[in-house]
Amino acid sequence: MKIKMTINNVLKEVEVSPSEFLLDVLRRLDYMSVKKGCDTGTCGVCTVLMDGKPVLSCSVLAASADGHKITTIEGLRDDPEFKAISQALLDEGADQCGFCSPGLILNVYAMKRDLKNPTEEEMKKYLVGNLCRCTGYVPQMRAIKKYFEVRS
Amino acid sequence: MIEIKEYCRPKTVEEAYEKLINIEGAEIIGSGAFMRLSSRKINLAIDLQDAGLNYVKLENDEIKIGGATPLGDVERNEIIKNAFSGKLVEVFQMIWSVQLRNIATIGGTVFPRLGFSDLITTLLALNADVVLFNNGRMPLEVFLEEKIRKDILVEIILKNKDMKFSFQNVRNSFYDFSILNAAVSVDKDNNYRIAIGARPAVAKLAINAMNYLKENKNIEEVAKIAAQEMDYGTNIKGSKEYREMVAPVLVKRGLEEVIK
Repeated sequence: MKIKMTINNVLKEVEVSPSEFLLDVLRRLDYMSVKKGCDTGTCGVCTVLMDGKPVLSCSVLAASADGHKITTIEGLRDDPEFKAISQALLDEGADQCGFCSPGLILNVYAMKRDLKNPTEEEMKKYLVGNLCRCTGYVPQMRAIKKYFEVRS
Repeated sequence: MIEIKEYCRPKTVEEAYEKLINIEGAEIIGSGAFMRLSSRKINLAIDLQDAGLNYVKLENDEIKIGGATPLGDVERNEIIKNAFSGKLVEVFQMIWSVQLRNIATIGGTVFPRLGFSDLITTLLALNADVVLFNNGRMPLEVFLEEKIRKDILVEIILKNKDMKFSFQNVRNSFYDFSILNAAVSVDKDNNYRIAIGARPAVAKLAINAMNYLKENKNIEEVAKIAAQEMDYGTNIKGSKEYREMVAPVLVKRGLEEVIK
């Protein structure tokens, strides 16, 4: 079946199977920032924004994304907020292997819009679905806190 | 592997129901979250996102939540934020992750009568009604007992937004399902409701304990009765014995919170 999605502000017509999930379609279309981790809706590395809201692309049927706006990290390349978040992560040495970063950054990006002056506890609750396997979350948390402080 | 032959997005609930009952192997997919974890064949996946069931509204003093409303939209709604002294929003915020809540719908959570659900336990304690397209409006506890499969959950209705309410649970980490959960409420006429879920079976009301509470306010005893009238099971998250031990403690904490 043919579906239409606006991916990173570009309208695309894509042929998908009704069984396909958005994650696989996006990777097929070369949006390689969208990672395939647990593939069961747990780890958050496949996070994309759908109509501005963070979703797990591994758990969204591609067909149900028909007519929606999808944003991956590639689409935020020139966005000042994206730059600020990634710079904060770099400054704290929290980029590490980088596998979890795109999903994390997209969720922080959404959190900035959803929460006003969040406490550390609120940040942790918001980011609970973004797992990182190679660090102890400490530098990421430091970076995210700094990002919020600097901006608020 | 999940195998879907065809996908459709009806514009009305009527059209969706028509397809559901007339086409062999047709299913309402809720949101599709967690669907990929199952292995089955669906001839026609019916997606309700365009069927006008995405809303939270206050009508005649009842809170009505459309069946296809994502949990995230419910959680961000001002009516929900203000209901039950903000306690309801706290339950939503405990459900898996922000990203999943933006996909999973309230109908997709309630209709399959999921055992691990924190939301069903909560809605039971809050005396919620469900509205089904074909079977009509009924209390949630009745729906949970019925064997309705081919129907569409149109709406969840919260009748009394002023109840005092408490949700209690044990889990291995914040980002996990409950090993056991309990919800307690009391309205201004002193009617108590106690529900225990994730036993691991689907949540149930503790009727004996609720009756006992009408006459007697001995919290310790109520908690014991509530815990004893439930059946428990063992699964990967915890044993039957562990759940039995934990249940009265959760009910007691819930009661203490709503009574104080």
